[in-house]
Amino acid sequence: MAADRTTAPIHRPGLAGAIHRGLDSDVFHSFKQSKVTMLAGAVTALYFLAALLAPWIAPHDPYDLANISLMDSFLPPMWMDGGDARFPLGTDDQGRGILSTIIYGARASLLVGFAAVLLAAAIGVTLGLIAGYLGGTVDAVIMRVAEVQLSFPAILIALLIDGVARGVLGGDAEGNLAFAVIIVSIGLSFWVQYARTVRGSCLVEKHKEYVQAARVIGVHPGLIVVRHVLPNVLGPVLVIATISLALAIITEATLSFLGVGVPPTQPSLGTMIRVGNDFLFSGEWWITLFPGAALAVLVLAVNLLGDWLRDALNPKLR
Amino acid sequence: MARPVLQVDNLTVEFPTRRGTLRAVDDISFRIDAGEVLGVVGESGAGKSMTGTAVIGLLEPPGRISGGRVQLEGARIDHLPHDQMRRLRGQRIGMIFQDPLTSLNPLYTIGFHLTETIRTHTDRGEAEARARAIELLTEVGIPAPAQRIDQYPHHFSGGMRQRVVIALALCAEPRLVIADEPTTALDVSIQAQIIQLLKRLCREHGTSVLLITHDMGVIAETADRVAVMYAGRIVEVGPVREVVQNAKHPYTEGLMDAIPKIGGRTEDLAQIRGTMPRLSQIPAGCAFHPRCPRAFDRCRQERPELLDAGASRAACWLHAGEPAGAGTGRGGGERG
Amino acid sequence: MSVAERPLLQVRDLAKTFDVSPPLLNRVLQGQPQAFVQAIDNVGFDIPRGTTFSLVGESGSGKSTVARVVVGLYRPTRGSVTFDGTDLASIRGRRQMAPLRRRWAMIFQDPYASLNPRWRVRTIIAEPIRVHGLAAGAAAIRRRVGELLELVGLSAADGEKFPHEFSGGQRQRISIARALASEPEFLVCDEPTSALDVSVQAQILNLMKRLQRELGLTYLFISHDLAVVYHISDYVGVMYLGRLVEWAPAHALFTRPQHPYTRMLLEAIPDLEMSGRARTPVGGEVPSPIQPPDGCHFHPRCPFADGDRCQREVPATLDIAGGGQVRCHAVAERRMPPADTHTRGG
Repeated sequence: MAADRTTAPIHRPGLAGAIHRGLDSDVFHSFKQSKVTMLAGAVTALYFLAALLAPWIAPHDPYDLANISLMDSFLPPMWMDGGDARFPLGTDDQGRGILSTIIYGARASLLVGFAAVLLAAAIGVTLGLIAGYLGGTVDAVIMRVAEVQLSFPAILIALLIDGVARGVLGGDAEGNLAFAVIIVSIGLSFWVQYARTVRGSCLVEKHKEYVQAARVIGVHPGLIVVRHVLPNVLGPVLVIATISLALAIITEATLSFLGVGVPPTQPSLGTMIRVGNDFLFSGEWWITLFPGAALAVLVLAVNLLGDWLRDALNPKLR
Repeated sequence: MARPVLQVDNLTVEFPTRRGTLRAVDDISFRIDAGEVLGVVGESGAGKSMTGTAVIGLLEPPGRISGGRVQLEGARIDHLPHDQMRRLRGQRIGMIFQDPLTSLNPLYTIGFHLTETIRTHTDRGEAEARARAIELLTEVGIPAPAQRIDQYPHHFSGGMRQRVVIALALCAEPRLVIADEPTTALDVSIQAQIIQLLKRLCREHGTSVLLITHDMGVIAETADRVAVMYAGRIVEVGPVREVVQNAKHPYTEGLMDAIPKIGGRTEDLAQIRGTMPRLSQIPAGCAFHPRCPRAFDRCRQERPELLDAGASRAACWLHAGEPAGAGTGRGGGERG
Repeated sequence: MSVAERPLLQVRDLAKTFDVSPPLLNRVLQGQPQAFVQAIDNVGFDIPRGTTFSLVGESGSGKSTVARVVVGLYRPTRGSVTFDGTDLASIRGRRQMAPLRRRWAMIFQDPYASLNPRWRVRTIIAEPIRVHGLAAGAAAIRRRVGELLELVGLSAADGEKFPHEFSGGQRQRISIARALASEPEFLVCDEPTSALDVSVQAQILNLMKRLQRELGLTYLFISHDLAVVYHISDYVGVMYLGRLVEWAPAHALFTRPQHPYTRMLLEAIPDLEMSGRARTPVGGEVPSPIQPPDGCHFHPRCPFADGDRCQREVPATLDIAGGGQVRCHAVAERRMPPADTHTRGG
């Protein structure tokens, strides 16, 4: 009560001011407070950098057939007998370096995860805003569809869409098309959570007096939703987006593991785990273990960030 | 002089924040005698609610009592361990909060709330406690208490719920009741009922009351003495009639003049210029001096203690060294 | 009637019913009936140009619903709202409504909820200017916003800040600046000072009176605080459970209240004069608006209710000598004791 809002306001126009406000904000402060969150942030940032800079930092290009040799297949990590310093984490069945493949695989995983989350958020936020602001029949229809979808596991929906897409596009959708298919499948199976959350927040916001004030002024309903309601419901969306990024990466890995994901020529972490799985019992554990660990660390870090963001944006917990 | 029920000396409450420590309650002292109603009045941010929560040990961390003493019937209670404090609340200090809806658990019946509290604080058995609960409900004016005792809070209207909360606060016959804005959430016509009920019950039971409110009308109707708070400090304390009609501190005076009154002139209201300072920017000297029409040099430099001013005491340099009884402004000297 | 004499706002037989039924599925499966709340019922009054008409009442009285119907936030179930000679029901579509919308504005109760927390103050105040196209170009808009801020006692530089940097009273000033941005003639004020401290309330009330004098504004003022209403109003209407039970010129209503409910409300005002006057405790609770009592809604709490007529028959509207109207059987049957014995004099 009396204790908040006690600081001297800072006014600086423009970008410098925005940056200053950002660094001074409670959210950033709570980020600095938690060592675990900072570590998670650092790990996530590392993955992003690695994914972005893959061609420059990876020891090899696992996609370049000229570079790989079957002679190098099944090499163990460098610290074991028979290891090779060129492949710090060993090689897979085709002689691709595990480390390089992980770096490129993280790229594929993050790309799919991000794109899928963006797509899901775009669909979910739009439908949630429409349902929440218009209410009535529109609301009922959208939310019933959402509930039906929610009763199927996301992976099943992704499999379904993936199967239909492959059927329509004919045979084995290759390369970039396969990426698009998997992004759409995951995106379409993840929108419900956004829609429900946004609808809830929208119902709260639309009864607030600033929205009513805009209605009295005569602002067009569409503009009210976009300019007034949307910015005020984005907090929870950000939280869901972070947490579902981790989920999307796992779903991608699962689909790839099941063989319906990204093509094996452009491995993602999931494809690698699947490939490695075949050799797990023949002693080549590194092919599956390192990508698995890389995936687990990434998902854990992103999840921790999501948890922190949820708490930081929740005024009740501050 | 008889031992006061509650004595607060130099109480200070602080909130450490990352931008420095804020002082929400700043060195305040007051006492409440047996059977007395002390009103604490002030605007939002004045520290009046914080005073109440500090007295009953319910300050939300990181807020803490950083100085001073709180004594209940002569025994210090500000350093009691949590479990002892919890027993004290309810048994020797009753509490009434602003929102009657959140003071009652919606999952339990009214009867459960009452019998549970009675059995916690007395050695009555189940049947006895229930009989006592019905008695209490009758006393606070709930019609058909024998039937309504088994209903849930949502069956009760706001005013009726506040009556139940009052019954709960009085269950264990406490010596002191702390009522924080007990009528603010209620409709005008219900407010009057609740004030009268609170007054009557405390008189009948000989209970002292610490009544915290922003509403001067409620104070004028209920309190025996009033403490006026501003920016965490008590600026004036005195008999209610004296403070309401013959204010000695310029802030109290301004506050009283700012209240619209029926039958008064309908031209512009008197207004205090400016706004209450933020806790992080409390001015040096008298906290009110930037807004005070009669501030002089000393007010800007030196913080005034409570000084005798007629029948009241006011923290204002206008009363320094002045013969007792001389008022500062309107109708000075008239005392009740 | 000439245009100058014509009231700026005329409300006739206004009614608004809200559907509070459980969802269709529950109704079908559990056999729950539809439920309606008659939020306002047969409300009628005029507001002459340049005056303040206040509506007082307790929670559930429907006073805020009247305000929201008048500004077009709710569509009335029955009755008419006529603004400066134009029946609002006759207007079709947003485009036709726009020139009228510019002529009124609304101020809300909660200074914390009525400003978009993510907008700068200058954007908030500029919204009506942009929507109605009242200034061309960023510089002109900025200049106008600066003027408005200074008009309500803030500085032009405050436009750069965000709402959370202001106190409650300052935010209410920002709300008023936004309301004035479209140069309206008519302001609907829904409890504009209820969330404010007394000293801040005085500042805002004084500001509103000054603006009324300077700009010739007409106010519909909603409040539960009779002292505030006395201070600001020319006319006062008292609402109880959706009905306007009495309205009269302010002074008359406070010195010669007719309706038993009005008298009860006046009785309930805490006495700052400390006259020691014994107050008659007011009995009873406000009934639920979902199931209001039959006949006169007030009869279960009314000390003057007779056994029969008050319980069955809705009182008709009766003119009061010297202006105003009242709806009460006891007044119609001249069973009421003289009113002026009930209140302190004006």
